[in-house]
Amino acid sequence: MKEEFKIIANSIQRDKSILDVGCGDGELMKFIYENISKKIRGLELSKDNVQKCIQKGLTVIEGNAEMDLQQFPSNSFDYVILSQTLQAFLNPEKVISDLLRIGKTSIVTIPNFGFWKVRFSLLFKGTMPVTKTLPNQWYNTPNLHMCSIKDFVNFCNKRKINLFKSLALTNNKVSSINKFNLNFKNLTSELGIFLLEK
Amino acid sequence: MNNIENIKKIIIKKPLKLDCGVTISNYPLAYETYGELNQNKDNAIMVFHALTGDQFATGKNPITNKDGWWSYVIGPNKALDTNKYFIISANVIGGCMGSYGPSSIDEISGKKIGINFPVITINDMVNAQFNLLEHFNIDKLFCVTGGSMGGMQVLQFVANFPDKSKIAIPIACSASHSAQNIAFNELGRQAIMADENWKDGNYELENKLPAKGLSVARMAAHITYLSKKGLQEKFGRKLQERDKIKFGFDADFQIESYLRYQGSIFVDRFDANSYLYITRAMDYFDLSKNFNGDLSKVFKNTKTRFFIISFTSDWLYPTAENREIVIALNAINADVGFLEVKSDKGHDSFLLDVPDFLNSLKNFVDNSYNKRP
Repeated sequence: MKEEFKIIANSIQRDKSILDVGCGDGELMKFIYENISKKIRGLELSKDNVQKCIQKGLTVIEGNAEMDLQQFPSNSFDYVILSQTLQAFLNPEKVISDLLRIGKTSIVTIPNFGFWKVRFSLLFKGTMPVTKTLPNQWYNTPNLHMCSIKDFVNFCNKRKINLFKSLALTNNKVSSINKFNLNFKNLTSELGIFLLEK
Repeated sequence: MNNIENIKKIIIKKPLKLDCGVTISNYPLAYETYGELNQNKDNAIMVFHALTGDQFATGKNPITNKDGWWSYVIGPNKALDTNKYFIISANVIGGCMGSYGPSSIDEISGKKIGINFPVITINDMVNAQFNLLEHFNIDKLFCVTGGSMGGMQVLQFVANFPDKSKIAIPIACSASHSAQNIAFNELGRQAIMADENWKDGNYELENKLPAKGLSVARMAAHITYLSKKGLQEKFGRKLQERDKIKFGFDADFQIESYLRYQGSIFVDRFDANSYLYITRAMDYFDLSKNFNGDLSKVFKNTKTRFFIISFTSDWLYPTAENREIVIALNAINADVGFLEVKSDKGHDSFLLDVPDFLNSLKNFVDNSYNKRP
């Protein structure tokens, strides 16, 4: 399993309720279901992935987070997970506010556009970056709103969202992000993992 | 053709007060079962049929000699695996395959009840079929499922008996019959009633059959079960056993001939008055009506695990209407899954060989069964 998923799973307390938004083929959900909490449900856009989840015995709703999150009641889950999907939404701001409304804690991960390889590509090659966490070309990427770790931290600060845990992931190594190392982590991290509260 | 009197049925002694106010008792309910009930009695699945279905869900229907309506779904190793599950399927009241309906004989007059049959609802159908649990001494079903009107019965079953089924799978249905669907049903009923042989519903007494009307009703309804794309691909503008159009009103096109055939075989197996009564029951279906339109309240405190399935090309019970059920269940944090299956086969998809549908249904049912405590 991906290191990112291990970190997310480790952030979740036993037997709590979880909604995995954009749960993909259910790999993370299955791990959580088998090891941490049976009270987990998913929301997924792709029919193929929904069917893969059903095959794994997981409860999944086919739907679009931007349209379908509003139907979930406030504070109905202990955790809401959004793994590397935020940048693909038309309106990430609205999705974040839905996550905070539905979940007591939201776990959001983002591919970091401030990572040095990304900057390098644009600065020296002059082309849109293609990396491990951003594998698509500019013309076929689902990503609409790329941001860096620093962008996301600023976003949360400006909206007074309580960012109570911020982690950086590079080459499967985890480290903490704080206000003193933010600029450095923004340069050296592939992925940001954030735990948010209202 | 086998005698309809030889099919399995129970006589329900317990009085049932229908929504229309009439109380019925000592009425027959025809049923069929597939597979074996296990010792724990935790493997029973009740399937509910659609408008023109009956209790013969799979295998050969002994009356019509056709395959059962859910032959793709029910059988050994199929989605509803008869090696594992005990499947109960009943003919709804109002139907014409042995259950109490307009073609039943009135005990006092000795004649067919016909149009004197009370108007029934989906709620009445479900309450009548619930008696089968007692008959088989089953405390709790493992699953209730069905498509179209069968799906409505699934929703009604969970609403009436929140703790009597572990899982529920309503397919291609709605919690509230739409104006468009009422309109199509009304078209069918008017076709039947416009047939001079309908005789105000007393055709049986005069040895007549409103075959033309019933067949037109079926033709109109049949179009609503298919999709535009499916029709175009299957028939297009192909001509029926001729090289060119004949400048007349014969069935020049294959689609015309197909619809005429569908209409003509339907009248051999279905009672016109049953068609009136059952379509009416569907029209009256509006599950949230008694809860100020709040569908969530219908399912309040439900512990049932739901899986709702719709089909992309179904315009009779479109995804949006199925999704309303999902939204209502989500709003009360119920355990609900949802899949919209891609298919060009229209509303009829739930009856046909649509692998994504059959596989997902099987996966959900089997996984849920393995998860039981």
